[in-house]
Amino acid sequence: MVWVGRSVPRIEDRPLLTGRGRFAADVGFAKMLHMRLVRSARAHGRIHSIDASPALALAGVAAVWTGADVRDIPPIDFRLTRIEGLAPYRQPILAQGDARYVGEPVAAVFADDKYLAEDAADLVVVEIEELPVILDASGSAGEHAQGHASEATIVEKSYGDLAAAFAHAHAVIELDLAVGRQSGVPIETRGAIARYDVARDVLELYGAAKVPHWNRDQIARMLGRAPSTVHLLEGHVGGGFGIRGELYPEDVLVCLAALQLRRPVQWIEDRREHLIAANHSRGQRHKVRAAIDADGRIMAIDDEFFHDQGGYVRTHAATVPDLAAAMLPGPYRIGAYRARGRLRLTNKTPGGTYRSPGRFESTFVRERLLDAIAARLGIDRIETRRRNLVGKEEMPYTRPFATLGTHVVLDSGDYASLLDKALAAVKWDELNATLRRRRENGEAVGAGLAFFVEKSGLGPFDAVQISVDTSGLVEVVTGAASLGQGIETVVAQICADTLGVDYRRVRVVHGRTDRIDHGMGAFASRATVMTGEATRLAALEVRAKAIEVAAELMQQPADALAIIEGTVTRKPSGEDGEQARAGTGPSMSLAKIASALQPASPLRGARAPGLSAEGWFYSDHMAYPYGVHIAVAKVDRETGGVAIERYLIAYDVGRAVNPMLVEGQLAGGFAQGVGGALLEEFLYDDRGEPLCVTFADYLMPTAREVPPLDVLITEDAPSPLNPLGLKGAGEGGVNAVGAAVAAAIDDAIGIPGAITQLPVTPQRLRAIIRRGEDRSAVDANGITKK
Amino acid sequence: MTEKVDITLNINGHDYAVRVEPRRTLVDVIRDDCGQTGTHIGCEHGVCGACTIILDGEAVRSCLMFAVQADGKRIRTVEGLADGDKLHPLQISFMNHHALQCGFCTPGFLMLAVNALETNPDISDDEILDVLASNLCRCTGYQNIIKAVRSTAHEMRRARSS
Repeated sequence: MVWVGRSVPRIEDRPLLTGRGRFAADVGFAKMLHMRLVRSARAHGRIHSIDASPALALAGVAAVWTGADVRDIPPIDFRLTRIEGLAPYRQPILAQGDARYVGEPVAAVFADDKYLAEDAADLVVVEIEELPVILDASGSAGEHAQGHASEATIVEKSYGDLAAAFAHAHAVIELDLAVGRQSGVPIETRGAIARYDVARDVLELYGAAKVPHWNRDQIARMLGRAPSTVHLLEGHVGGGFGIRGELYPEDVLVCLAALQLRRPVQWIEDRREHLIAANHSRGQRHKVRAAIDADGRIMAIDDEFFHDQGGYVRTHAATVPDLAAAMLPGPYRIGAYRARGRLRLTNKTPGGTYRSPGRFESTFVRERLLDAIAARLGIDRIETRRRNLVGKEEMPYTRPFATLGTHVVLDSGDYASLLDKALAAVKWDELNATLRRRRENGEAVGAGLAFFVEKSGLGPFDAVQISVDTSGLVEVVTGAASLGQGIETVVAQICADTLGVDYRRVRVVHGRTDRIDHGMGAFASRATVMTGEATRLAALEVRAKAIEVAAELMQQPADALAIIEGTVTRKPSGEDGEQARAGTGPSMSLAKIASALQPASPLRGARAPGLSAEGWFYSDHMAYPYGVHIAVAKVDRETGGVAIERYLIAYDVGRAVNPMLVEGQLAGGFAQGVGGALLEEFLYDDRGEPLCVTFADYLMPTAREVPPLDVLITEDAPSPLNPLGLKGAGEGGVNAVGAAVAAAIDDAIGIPGAITQLPVTPQRLRAIIRRGEDRSAVDANGITKK
Repeated sequence: MTEKVDITLNINGHDYAVRVEPRRTLVDVIRDDCGQTGTHIGCEHGVCGACTIILDGEAVRSCLMFAVQADGKRIRTVEGLADGDKLHPLQISFMNHHALQCGFCTPGFLMLAVNALETNPDISDDEILDVLASNLCRCTGYQNIIKAVRSTAHEMRRARSS
């Protein structure tokens, strides 16, 4: 392997560094209209009237639409984890009758200029009669909309005899844990630009991301068009993190407007809109019970949790609670298990996925539980984990339930070994001795550890087309999407190795439904695994074709030939072909072979024209990477502020195509985890008014809050599900940050189990420390401890 | 709407004569009226710094200024960093340190850091951290950005002293 496994620079970087990127807001057309949405200012209410006439009176306003104008457009459907009974909770593209959260689109204004569109939107008079709001997802269920309960469904995963386990338990541990509402919040807001080409009868949507092919099919269905006449086109994408690229009302509105108003329509979200209209996530409360034996082994876990879905059920349907329930067991052997996730509608921004959805939450729950078991029994917390880890010899390890349409089979892993490596990397015992001394000297400093299993490589398929042009340039066309993660480079590296070219001579086309008919996009840490293997398969076929042609033209036996640096040449005998260099003996470049395979070339013979091939990869199971996070945190007892002094992520990725990019994924996820652990939360007042509508209220970490990160990437457990052994890297950085930081804070303030809620804001931590001090004051006065 | 005003912005050495409403922000005019879309809009309230440009030698948030306030001033944006095909040392350093992923915040970070390095050639590592903490990045976790800028600062110092 020349390229796979090397930290080569990205092929994406140059245009992005020179200001030549093409993000959504950079796409514009002549005679373009600008869409501005009028959004509900009420969390729940009946829309009595919408008066658009003052807006329409402004010169340059082309149209104002309300719910009545789009009544015939179906609501946005589910993409994943469709469950019976959720259909009535789907979101229409403009509110129909009732508004269910602050920020819900109730009218759309189309004008010649974006400033004018905002002026006009301000003039639209919306009268809404306020209705009672539901804001607490874990309270008693009520009515969300007429005839529809606020509890839309219960997701359940279970196996084993729960009752027997609890009946025979040495001890039962109960915890009540919560994670606040958070979201991906990319620095580029959403954007959508639609253009209808009447001459070709083609509708184009720019600003596409994540899942262009699925969105193409949905838009076509919703607007009554043939899918092949709808083209979604992905440009540069300013961060995804789960929320971007799902089909939202705004995407459909610009398409409909382009068709009806016969002018291109651009919508660029502003930041306030983003924080109240794009998917939120997390937002769970878990009431978990565990039955344990005297050695700290987990006999059973029974978890009931409440998922705050917000005002509608969007494209992810029950995905987040489903993943939380399926992934909560993590790396541990659990005798009997039940997780029941209550999907609750509230009058807040609707929810979807955010990087490591359901796992950031359930890892927090599980690892809090492991720490609680250790504290209850007085067993070391590492030892407690060791006793419960699934063993290497038990792999593949089946959990008797499914998620994302696949059975949960942990494909490979040596969990105990990674734990050892992580502990060794931080010198765990020495580290704790040092921290103990510092605590004795009055500092509030401590360490925490969390173990997790991720999932990646979701199928069911991916397709790649590779062709070599007559200059020797290799083009890979894939149905994957780029969200900034470096997929072009990774695909180019895999293609380059298989085909025998320089990765910089590989051009990767993605996110374009007009170039390839099928694609699954980029989500769930799937692209490197699925697209990577499809690329390898296609490249193998191109390689075979090239060698076959060259063998004939060069009059050499095919098995004596190799492709090295884009040239078919003789393998030096007795040596690894990869070591050879072009230029010795007969040779033929891929450019010449591509020319020989031109349709009119006399050299082509009976072969199909073109040096090209298509590769399909199918997979019914996910690949499960895993990792360990270790945090060292220092608490300021006065302010409740937390500084993360040190952090290690040990992660087994199966096989790292580009270690630099794997580290980049882990580091980026870690920073988001720091936000999730300490800073970020969408808050609402008691009328459902959102309180976090700017970057001054929704606090994301800056360079000051994110400490240097140590990363240990291992390749001990390649996935048996694909020949390169690949597993995904997108979500392992964020997964366990909340859990590890919580444990470190517990340790720092000397109160086991103190942290039960994320984010650990200074106010919350200060209150916990005060309560702790009050309690010790009472104890010192001789009053019996509780 | 108010009457439009004639102004001239000098961006990367080129004069752009434009007629704009006084309420138009500088970043909108740089992007929409002058066609320089390398400068990005992330929040429009001066927190994220994606729109950072250098205006008369100072790093500023171009979303917090009106274009009329920049009339006649010298503006530098990311498009002006490279010299033809030759990248600025900081651009190369960003590439080598994997200091960008989606690349949306990158122009703002580049202009912020270039200005810091130019105005304070002896900038310390901690001062660099302080400067970089004024912009937001959601992809990289910052460490590689910090490394890229520190490495360029060290290189520039070495080049000066030799």
